[in-house]
Amino acid sequence: MLRRLWEIYYDGFRHLPQWGKIVLAIVLAKLFILFIVLKLFFMPNYLNSQYTTSQEKSNHVFHELTTKP
Amino acid sequence: MILEHTTASLVEWSRWQFAMTAIYHYMFVPLTLGLSFLLAIMETMWIRTGKESWLHATKFWMKLFAINFAIGIATGLILEFQFGSNWSNYSWFVGDIFGAPLAIEGLFAFFLEATFFAIMLFGWNKVSRGFHLTSTWMVFLGSNISALWILVANAWMQNPVGMEFNPLTARNEMDDFWAVLFSPTAMNKFFHTVTSAYTLSACFVIGVSAWFILKKRHIEFARKSILLASVFGFLSIIATIFTGDTSAQDVTRTQPMKLAAMEGLNQGGTGAPFTLIGFPAQDSRLPSDRMRTIRYGITIPQMLSFLGYHDFNAFIPGVENILNGYTSFEGKTYPSVEQRMANGRKAIEALKTYKTAVEEKNETAAQESLATLKENYADFGYGYLQSKYDIIPPVSLVFYSFRIMVAAGLLFVLLFMLSWWYAKKRKFHQFRFLPYLAILCIPLAYIASQCGWIVAEVGRQPWVVQNLMPTNVAITRIASGWVITTFWMFAILFTLLLIAEIGIMFAQIRKGVKEESIENEKNTQTF
Repeated sequence: MLRRLWEIYYDGFRHLPQWGKIVLAIVLAKLFILFIVLKLFFMPNYLNSQYTTSQEKSNHVFHELTTKP
Repeated sequence: MILEHTTASLVEWSRWQFAMTAIYHYMFVPLTLGLSFLLAIMETMWIRTGKESWLHATKFWMKLFAINFAIGIATGLILEFQFGSNWSNYSWFVGDIFGAPLAIEGLFAFFLEATFFAIMLFGWNKVSRGFHLTSTWMVFLGSNISALWILVANAWMQNPVGMEFNPLTARNEMDDFWAVLFSPTAMNKFFHTVTSAYTLSACFVIGVSAWFILKKRHIEFARKSILLASVFGFLSIIATIFTGDTSAQDVTRTQPMKLAAMEGLNQGGTGAPFTLIGFPAQDSRLPSDRMRTIRYGITIPQMLSFLGYHDFNAFIPGVENILNGYTSFEGKTYPSVEQRMANGRKAIEALKTYKTAVEEKNETAAQESLATLKENYADFGYGYLQSKYDIIPPVSLVFYSFRIMVAAGLLFVLLFMLSWWYAKKRKFHQFRFLPYLAILCIPLAYIASQCGWIVAEVGRQPWVVQNLMPTNVAITRIASGWVITTFWMFAILFTLLLIAEIGIMFAQIRKGVKEESIENEKNTQTF
């Protein structure tokens, strides 16, 4: 079943029409920009990047929630 | 202190960034939701009737579906990135309640969609007709179930249910999955969103078909597509109107300020009128510059009460009623906003003292603080407000967006009826006004969809989580310059994607159906 699915994918991508190739190129470029450029360099998870344990993250948000005037 | 760091600039830019990416993301979503349904119906028609014209129609619309799906794929992930980077307090605060539906969406629905999407696109002549048809239906199911989980998460923010706040972790924890999934807000939101997406897709199919008719190409294909899409669209818009009605009743109960903003209703009452059209304007006589007076309003007496409770004499609160406290039509008494702000401050203070008491192992003080917190938790977010007028959302934007959405919806009813009638009589091309109207309705359907989201999301301001967390508390303390930079990065990326989608789609539409069929006959291994 998985082999069959793989063959469908493989043949499908091998015989992509011109417009399909353009779309595929756009998708790959987009995924690269999203996951490599944006996620790694511009949109890191703030709590994960600043704190390591759940307790630290919890303490930070607790502080944020309770220090507003 | 949060507010020392969370400047208005940071809050506003973070909101603009989220709004812009959400709007762009939703440019791709509705066509995926609705066109997949139409594809499944077309392919079913082919299997049942054996007519090649249905096969050609399926393949042509499938190509446009694939372009939209592929270009739009993963654009929603940027929203999830923003939760972690710009909205970290919010992300932590909502905990697994928001995470669980999104995780299910990612694991189950998207997997289902992605697997069968490949079979649907590449599987012609490689799998049996029955299995291919099943795959097409699975793509429809997968995309719609995917939408369900996203909308369940969104609905929880509008009406938080099925959870308990854990003061030790500062997180809300889900204690009733079914309450979250089947909350009336979630169900209304899901069905209203998907039926409006079906409506948009029907407008898309009719509009593109109308273009073929204007160009005198593929007349029979276009007529068939219009016939199917007009029936599909008519049923969808009726369902959209029905679910809009149930959504309005839900908003009346759970987010009365949103309803008051939608109507520009300052002073409510029994037998409240519905404003068909009018112009919200600032009025120095009003106590806040956030409030608006509706000028030149044309109203239907008692209709708002009927829309809110299906009772022409029901009490509907206006902005001032909500600010000063009121008793709802169901008999529930809501205190004034100032009272709720005091309750909220008590809850925040209790949260602080509870943690200190736990750390000091003072059980009596901990129990007292916990009781105070629980007693006032429903008004927790009010404790962060600076002024009672902070709870008034931007009235003009919500007022106009709601009316554009409704007016467009009514126009679509007319479009579907005329399209069906004239296509059935084979006179669609003779009624020159109709093809142009059909083409105009494509962008109009997108505008109406976006307006619906503006009503839902701007209308609930200042809340990120209704009554529990306002926007300015939800954000991460990062430099606003950073948010501005990423805002423009996303704006450029999404604009390029949209231009690419429109460009490729236009090229394929111009290519037409016949060429597509020939191409497929030449090379049956591809689409």
